[in-house]
Amino acid sequence: MAVTAIVAAGCHDHNEVPDMDEGVYLGKGDVAILNYAYALEQLEAAFYTKVTETPYGDISDLEKSLLTDIRDHEIAHREFFKAALQGNAIVNLEVDFSSVNFSSRESVLTTAKAFEDLGVSAYNGAGQLIEKPDYLLLAGKIVSVEARHAGLISDLIQNGSFAGSDVVDMNGLEKSMSPSQVLTAAAPFIKTKINARDLPTY
Amino acid sequence: MNIFKIVTDIEHLDIDIHERLNPRRAAIKALNSFGAKVVLSALPFTVASMFNKAYGQTIPQKIIDVLNFALTLEYLEAEFYTKALASNGLIGDTAARNAITVIKNHEDEHVTFLKAALGNQAVAKPTFDFTAGGTFGDVFSNYDTFLAVANAFEDTGVRAYKGQAGNLMENDDILRYALNIHSVEARHASHIRQMRRARGGAAANLKPWITGANDTGVSAVDPVYAGEDNKIQAGADITSFNGVSGKLSANVATEAFDEALSKEAVLEIAGLFIVN
Repeated sequence: MAVTAIVAAGCHDHNEVPDMDEGVYLGKGDVAILNYAYALEQLEAAFYTKVTETPYGDISDLEKSLLTDIRDHEIAHREFFKAALQGNAIVNLEVDFSSVNFSSRESVLTTAKAFEDLGVSAYNGAGQLIEKPDYLLLAGKIVSVEARHAGLISDLIQNGSFAGSDVVDMNGLEKSMSPSQVLTAAAPFIKTKINARDLPTY
Repeated sequence: MNIFKIVTDIEHLDIDIHERLNPRRAAIKALNSFGAKVVLSALPFTVASMFNKAYGQTIPQKIIDVLNFALTLEYLEAEFYTKALASNGLIGDTAARNAITVIKNHEDEHVTFLKAALGNQAVAKPTFDFTAGGTFGDVFSNYDTFLAVANAFEDTGVRAYKGQAGNLMENDDILRYALNIHSVEARHASHIRQMRRARGGAAANLKPWITGANDTGVSAVDPVYAGEDNKIQAGADITSFNGVSGKLSANVATEAFDEALSKEAVLEIAGLFIVN
C-alpha cells in the first residue's frame, strides 16, 4: 500500500530538537498540524474504545451500535494520520480518563460531547494554518464527520440540541478554537507531555 | 483588499470599534465567554456593509464567486425550510417543528451573513421549484418527502462547502467562516438523518453519517452522493487498517470521510430546484 507521505521537509526536525525531554515534539508547519490532529484522533479513538469495551449498564442496542461506529471512524482517522505521517508521526499518547465514569451514561455522553465539539472547533480553527490544499481538503473530509458525531451525541443527551447556542453563534457559525486553546482544553485527558513549540497557532 | 483583515487590524488600533459599529454592545459582551474570535464573527454583517459603503472595497473575484455560490445554496435552504414550516399539517410534531426551526434560523443567518459580506456584489435570490419539476411533487404535503429532500440538501451543502475550502485559502478569516458554516450544515444533516430513521420505511437503517454512496433510499438523489463510497484517502486504503477486531470495514471507510463535490456538480443538483 502506497500512502502519500505527508511532506518530507522537516522530517529530521525531531532529531535536532535540543529539548526532547520537554515532551513529544509535534514538528513544524503542516507536519505539526497533522500530528496535532493525530493526537486528537488518538484521544477520541481511545475514549470510544473504552466506551465500547465497558458499555454503561442501560445502553440500548442502537446507542451501542452508533458508539461503535464512532469508535471505528476515530480509529480510521487515527490510522490514516499515522500512515500518512510515516516517520514524522508522534508516538502513541498515554491518555487519562480518570475523570470519566464509564458505567454512567451521563458521564460518557457528556465527555463524548466535549470531545466531539472540541474536535470540530479544532479542525475549524486549524484550517487557516494549513499550507497545502490537499491537507485542507482532508481536514474538511474529517471535520464534517466529527460534526455529524457531535450532532448525534448532543441529541442523545437532549433530543433537538444537535446545533445549540453553546456551539453555534448568532450568525449561524460554529465555534473555532486555535491549536493552543484546544491543547489546553485537551490537556487533562492526555498524560503524555506534548511539545507544541513549533505548532502553528494564533 | 481584505475586509475581514481590516476589521481585525482596526480592532487592534481602536478598542472601541465594537461599540461604535454595533449598538448591541451588551449582546456582544454577553458572548465574551465564547472567545474573542467569536465575538469578532458576530460582527461582520454590520461591519462588512459599513466597509462597503465607506471604502467601495473590492473582494477578489475568486472569493466573491465562492461566496455567491454559497449564498445561492443558503437561499435555497432558507426558503425551503420557511415554506415547509408554513405548510399546514406538514410538520405536526413539536420536536420536529423545533428542530426544523433551528435549522431554518441557521440558514437565514447564513444568508444574512453572506449577503452582508458581499455587499452590493451579492447575487439575487433565484426563483425555486422545490418539487424539482414534479420529481418531489408532494414535498410540502408529505412529511417523508420533505425530510428526504432536506436530507439531500444538507448533505449537498456539506459537500459544497468542503469543495470550496481550497479556493478560500488566501483569506484566513473567510476560510474560517466558511468552515464554521460547513460544520453547522453537517450537524443539520446528522439530525435530519436521525429524523428520517425514526420514520422507518426506506430510511429505517439510515445513520447520521453517509454509508457507501446514496444510502438515503431515494434514487432520485443519486448525484448528491456520487463518489461518497470512496475508500482511498491520500493513497491509503482505509480498509487496510486494523480495527478492534480485524480490518476496518468498507462501510466504516466510507463513513469516516465525507467527500467534496465540485461547484459544477453542486450547481447541477441545485439547478434542478432553480427556475431562474
